[in-house]
Amino acid sequence: MIRIENLFKQFGDLDVLKGMSLEIPEGQATGIVGPNGAGKTTLIKTLLGLVKADSGIIHVDGIKLNGNWKYRENLGYMPQVARYPENMKVSELLDFIKGLRNQEAVYENELIEQFNLGPELNKQLRTLSGGNRQKVGATLAMMFDPKILFFDEPTAGLDPQASHKFKQRVQQEKERGKTVIITSHIMSELEQLVDHVIFILDGKIRYYGTMESLLTESKETRLEGAIAKMMEVG
Amino acid sequence: MKLLLHIAQNEWKSLIRGKWVIGYGLIFLLLTDTLLRFGGGGPEVLLSISNVMLLFIPLVGMIYGILYIYQSREFVELLLTQPIDRKTLYWGLFSGISIPLMLAFIIGSILPLSWHAILLQDPVAAAMVLGLGGVLTLIFVALGFVLGLAFYDDRIKGFGFTIVIWLFMAILYDGLILMALFAFGDYPLEQFVIAAVMLNPIDLARIMVLLEFDISALMGYTGAVFNRFFGSHMGIITASGMLAVWLAVPAWFGMRVFNKKDF
Repeated sequence: MIRIENLFKQFGDLDVLKGMSLEIPEGQATGIVGPNGAGKTTLIKTLLGLVKADSGIIHVDGIKLNGNWKYRENLGYMPQVARYPENMKVSELLDFIKGLRNQEAVYENELIEQFNLGPELNKQLRTLSGGNRQKVGATLAMMFDPKILFFDEPTAGLDPQASHKFKQRVQQEKERGKTVIITSHIMSELEQLVDHVIFILDGKIRYYGTMESLLTESKETRLEGAIAKMMEVG
Repeated sequence: MKLLLHIAQNEWKSLIRGKWVIGYGLIFLLLTDTLLRFGGGGPEVLLSISNVMLLFIPLVGMIYGILYIYQSREFVELLLTQPIDRKTLYWGLFSGISIPLMLAFIIGSILPLSWHAILLQDPVAAAMVLGLGGVLTLIFVALGFVLGLAFYDDRIKGFGFTIVIWLFMAILYDGLILMALFAFGDYPLEQFVIAAVMLNPIDLARIMVLLEFDISALMGYTGAVFNRFFGSHMGIITASGMLAVWLAVPAWFGMRVFNKKDF
């Protein structure tokens, strides 16, 4: 469960987050959309501990964020850009991350099989295709079975088969009651994966509700149309 | 602590696999061996080694430090989202990078020194030169880290500052002191000169080497000043203390920047 109250963040002269408040209950699958520069990435980064907000309160899974890090045991994060130390092997990277976290990688083998990473395990990461590197990122995010999953543009760079497998996996996680948060520009991807949408514009939340009601309100049949409409109005 | 070691060990493995650091050690091995074979074979070779070291190590250290930050950006950000605290991550990455670099210099140099029996002839001088090279490595890798974190998005500026700082500290600094001495030669400048030396770790290292080989007398007035101050018991303690400060401050400052930074 994630709760944000009145979050402000300024970078130099630029106000990026302007008093954002929201609550994401446990087990909800939410998509975060908005134009570039709206504050999506900054919002995610404050939840992940990469960025420290200027003011406001964040609670993740009941724990108030205050420069602490233990709460991240319940988080899995798949970044948009999957760049790793070039001469590290896939298996070595997995072992390294396992050594960092005080948790069991319960789904490691399952994910390796599901994403067909078996043949890649002994290869150096620089020899992997972009898609395979993304799959490694997805494995790292999900293998510790965290309660909350953050995916940043997850299917960019995945071929249709990998994208399909990824979506299947996210479905499984949803069915297990995980809280899933996805930022994406690909509306069709969000349509398949989330049921709630947060639309961020200019550092504020302009819409937060179910996808269904968003479509109804904007009188659109597809998410892309609805979001495009909101961007025009905003 | 265990976590710090885990992070550092991962970097050591990466570096050794990259073979770059082994090449770096081999350069010093070849250099030292060549100097010993063609330079008379005595402990004076340590002086030649230190001249190369004082120029080369700060540059390599800083570039390696800043390059690491720029090259490993996404990886470090991924690690920052793991359930570990930033300070442990920082020290793990810092020791992961700097220690192999330091050891490459020391081992690369010490091997020819030992098989040419220089270590037996003058172990103190050898230990001092190698130790100073090690300390300079740590200082300048830390500076590289600080520059990389400070100029995280502007790589041109970051590299620019690296080169400028190296040029200033390794080459221009002494020239500037000399100019000041000429310009203000009528005034008592001993304290100014000593303070100026304290503010540059490369100069501190150079002075200690000069005193050890007892050639500061060749430097005239400044040599006499150094000898009088640094040659004394108090002087050596002060110089070592200042080097320790130089070691601690950039590394600690780097940790603070890393801890507070928005990534």
